[in-house]
Amino acid sequence: MRVSLEWLEEWVETGWDAATLGERLTMGGIEVESIEPAAAEFTGVVVGEVLSVERHPDADKLTVCQVAGGSAQPLQIVCGAPNVRAGLKAPLALEGATLPGGLVIRRTKLRGVESAGMLCSGRELGLTEDQDGLLELPAELKTGAAFREALKLDDSILTLNVTPNRGDVLSMIGVAREVAAIADRKLTPPFVEPIAAVGFARFEVRLEAPAGCPRFAGRIIKGVDPKARTPLWMSERLRRAGLRPISPIVDVTNYVMLEFGQPMHAYDLRRLSSHIEVRNARKGERLTLLDGRDIAIDPDTLVIADATGPVGLAGIMGGEKSGIAADTSDVFLEVAFFAPDAIVGRARRYGMMTDASQRFERGVDPRQQERALERATRLLVEIAGGQPGPSVLTQVEAQQPKRPSVTLRPERVASLLGVHVPRSDVEGILRRLGMQVAGAGDVLGVIPPSQRFDIAIEQDLIEEIGRIYGYDKIPRQDAKVPQTPRPATERVVSSERLMLLLVDRGYQEVLTYGFVNALTQRLLFPGRETLELANPISAELGEMRVSLWPGLIEVLRGNLRRQQERVRLFEIGTRFEMQGGQLVESQAIAGLITGTALPEQWGADKRSADFYDLKADVEALFGLTGRAAAISYIRAPHECLHPGRSAAVLDGNTRLGWLGQMHPETARRLEIRDPPLLFELAIDPSFHSEVPVFSDISRFPAIRRDLAVVIDEATTLDELKKTVNLAAKGLLRELHVFDVYRGTGVEPGRKSVALGLILQETSRTLTDVEADTVMAAVVALVKGDLKAAIRG
Amino acid sequence: MKDLDSLIKRTLDQIAASNDLAALDAVRVGVLGKKGSVTEQLKSLGKLPAEERRAAGAAINEAKDSIAAALDVRRVELEAEAVGRDLATGSIDVTLPGRGENVGGLHPVTRTRLRIEAIFRQAGFSVAEGPEVENDFYNFEALNIPADHPARAMHDTFYFGDGRLLRTHTSPVQIRAMQREGVPIRIIAPGPAYRHDSDVTHSPMFHQVEGLVIDEGISLANLKGVLAGFAEQFFEKPRGLRFRPSYFPFTEPSAEVDIQCVFCDGAGCRVCKQTGWLEILGCGMVHPNVLRACGADPERWQGYAFGMGIERLAMLRYSVNDLRLFFENDLRFLAQFNRG
Repeated sequence: MRVSLEWLEEWVETGWDAATLGERLTMGGIEVESIEPAAAEFTGVVVGEVLSVERHPDADKLTVCQVAGGSAQPLQIVCGAPNVRAGLKAPLALEGATLPGGLVIRRTKLRGVESAGMLCSGRELGLTEDQDGLLELPAELKTGAAFREALKLDDSILTLNVTPNRGDVLSMIGVAREVAAIADRKLTPPFVEPIAAVGFARFEVRLEAPAGCPRFAGRIIKGVDPKARTPLWMSERLRRAGLRPISPIVDVTNYVMLEFGQPMHAYDLRRLSSHIEVRNARKGERLTLLDGRDIAIDPDTLVIADATGPVGLAGIMGGEKSGIAADTSDVFLEVAFFAPDAIVGRARRYGMMTDASQRFERGVDPRQQERALERATRLLVEIAGGQPGPSVLTQVEAQQPKRPSVTLRPERVASLLGVHVPRSDVEGILRRLGMQVAGAGDVLGVIPPSQRFDIAIEQDLIEEIGRIYGYDKIPRQDAKVPQTPRPATERVVSSERLMLLLVDRGYQEVLTYGFVNALTQRLLFPGRETLELANPISAELGEMRVSLWPGLIEVLRGNLRRQQERVRLFEIGTRFEMQGGQLVESQAIAGLITGTALPEQWGADKRSADFYDLKADVEALFGLTGRAAAISYIRAPHECLHPGRSAAVLDGNTRLGWLGQMHPETARRLEIRDPPLLFELAIDPSFHSEVPVFSDISRFPAIRRDLAVVIDEATTLDELKKTVNLAAKGLLRELHVFDVYRGTGVEPGRKSVALGLILQETSRTLTDVEADTVMAAVVALVKGDLKAAIRG
Repeated sequence: MKDLDSLIKRTLDQIAASNDLAALDAVRVGVLGKKGSVTEQLKSLGKLPAEERRAAGAAINEAKDSIAAALDVRRVELEAEAVGRDLATGSIDVTLPGRGENVGGLHPVTRTRLRIEAIFRQAGFSVAEGPEVENDFYNFEALNIPADHPARAMHDTFYFGDGRLLRTHTSPVQIRAMQREGVPIRIIAPGPAYRHDSDVTHSPMFHQVEGLVIDEGISLANLKGVLAGFAEQFFEKPRGLRFRPSYFPFTEPSAEVDIQCVFCDGAGCRVCKQTGWLEILGCGMVHPNVLRACGADPERWQGYAFGMGIERLAMLRYSVNDLRLFFENDLRFLAQFNRG
């Protein structure tokens, strides 16, 4: 909603400048988004009067004019506008004038003829968009007057961001009421004098859906001059409100809509047949709208119909057929009240939002139809003549909108707002807002005015009191807070701790959308059931992620394009998995690494990160839970991981997630040169933690024995460990793998694993002899069970 | 005793000739060790006649002491030499960087979220969560936004075609938390939200922190108190805050909160469009219909709710000038937030 300050001042006088008005409205709940000058900056322009026009001797399209207004003597101006003529008043930019965009007007010669200035079009002054010639000014403007003052162009436009509950503010009268209430001033609306009917022409209106349309004021006006032009004052106001002037009939209906917030519609009387009925659409009915679109109308939509069928979507948009044409001279004006329930949502469904629908769905004052009709009639007759018939109001009494009384307990005002508003202010503010206040003592009955559709409960009234009283007068106040401590568990590792661990291990957290590139996701998880969006933001981002990997991979690709070579990413976020047709949302933590194991540096190999670098990070995460030893890693195939370098992460029989290197084929199809390493773990139950329990530290020395065991490639460390443990019979405190060797001295298909065994008794010093015995048992068992050879 | 004298002399020569601590120790072991020559002589005292033993013992002990003293002197000399050598030759280039892994960082939105959480936790709030795929009831109906409500036009919603949708705000968590925990309640609910809107100032996914306090006698003044306090702590600066009446279907009264521009301190600049104010959040007193939908009697219970955009706060805190940067995940951008 755009409001001209100059126009508003006609309705309510405050003496406030635009900035003050903007501030007060904003603090009163009508947000002022911007304040702009009504006209572009220009200087040196006066009201010029063309005295004579002669052909330019050397140019067909130019004329040489004598123009009064610039100085005592008429000025000679060369002009190219088609509408220039003797007697015309138009803006005259004098020598030295600066026009919008910085053009400076100089005395010049055009095709050899001197020109002392320039006659201007509306476009050249930033006022109109039309290019069809000079801006024609009303004859009553004084020749030579400063143009900006003559048109009151030093005006400000306030753009209001009106909340959807305040349809009543989408009008000059509505804004003026607000300002009057805020400033505690009187409203001075333009006086609307009924216009006497000429003739008796009526058009029958039937209200067949009275709940949706209980009130309809109509009037025929015959003999309107189709060639009349909208006066400059009106087109200027329309322009400042953001509307384009079209024709007097349309402009008048728009103007009155801006004044009263009352949308109205003008029909070409020739195109209406027999009568008008307001009813719900019938099955299969269609309508071609004013904007040329042909739509099928749903039966829950209210239509205006004549004997031939729908001629308009009630409260939304008229039909093309019955619209005002260039030669329309007999019109039928519709000024109706449509109930918000009958309008709301419909326009959106047909893919539009019109000035009318925007107002009707929020609520239009149901008591102003006659007044708006009178106002429109008067303006139209003044501008374009015509003989108005009688104003006819059709209404269904029982369906008129009611404004039931709302109970207000003044003590509730203090309780909800946290400030004591004096009783006199409570009642005064409500009255300033046009409410009727009845009763005294602890309970008031308040009847909101007819234009307010948003006051139904006590809290609504308290908000009204609060906003006019001033939110800024409400103090900051501490609440009494319960002091009972809330749960503080040590049995789950917090996400924050997990994140910080990875951060400290060189990972960068990223955040990606919950919906992902479906192609990437399907490449990674072929055949997986997914949840698809009905209206994705783009075709690519069409389905919800079943894993965080698609997002991480997109981030990787983006950063590879930006020449990053070593990338370590992680994300914690929601997965949306379909399990047996049911959506399961779960939190996961996932990571991706690629590039060298360490950042490029001196003193360290430039080795590519591999499975075990990633596994160290995963193990570190589990280290936070105290259950790392219970977690097992089983080589298992995964759709998008290298079958030889991927592992399922298990806690007993529960799979917590996966880690591994991307399948080379997947990487190739994703156009990633080096397959990255990936992990993903379900937050729950992976990071349930065990509370540490102290156990005695042995005071007796430990003995370390090293052993290199040559075993089959296929034998895993877990198997080797199990065997060693079994043989060591509880004396093994720690087991380190300090080398894995293949090559000279080890036959192909076998590997040498170097183990460091830390042996210790808890209750006495272990002797060398006992250690030797343990080692002998270990050697015997690995030889027997694992066909191991002992090396070195 | 001649043997002893020559042993002493020989040993002292060996000590003098020892050029490092290892050689010196070898001398010590050879003379004073378990099987050292002096030790052997002490052991053989028993073979001497009783009358010679005393004098011989004294002489051997004297020899032992003088050798031990010489060993000590030489050891101190050699240690000093070793330190001197180390100091003379062991210098390194201290400007070479340290070895090992670099430290990564949290996403600025997470960093901001954790900071917001920490501030509200200190004020007695606990953190609640809810699903991102919601249904119409939790996202709209229970929040007093019935079908066709004009406010729905402000929520460009992602749908799944079966009534489910991506939550357009974190407000559904209000409902779920109240249903789960009842009242009184004091929570914040951070998390992602989604709107079908993507341009310079809108991301289809963004993050909000919802706040909800329901108790007896909670007022708009309390809401002002908590938010003003939050803003002060978040920006680490006393900040002007203004509450503007506004409209949300699930609060009544409602307000939008502006903070004094953090870039120009309210003087007016490009960021605040010369107004001196920046909008940071929406809030209000929970609508009685919402309380009723959660089974709380609005005659007894009242309270406030607020919702703030984390990206918005992160932009203001860290002077980020383009919302889209948060979701491009350019490592060069993200790394700028890795401190602290």
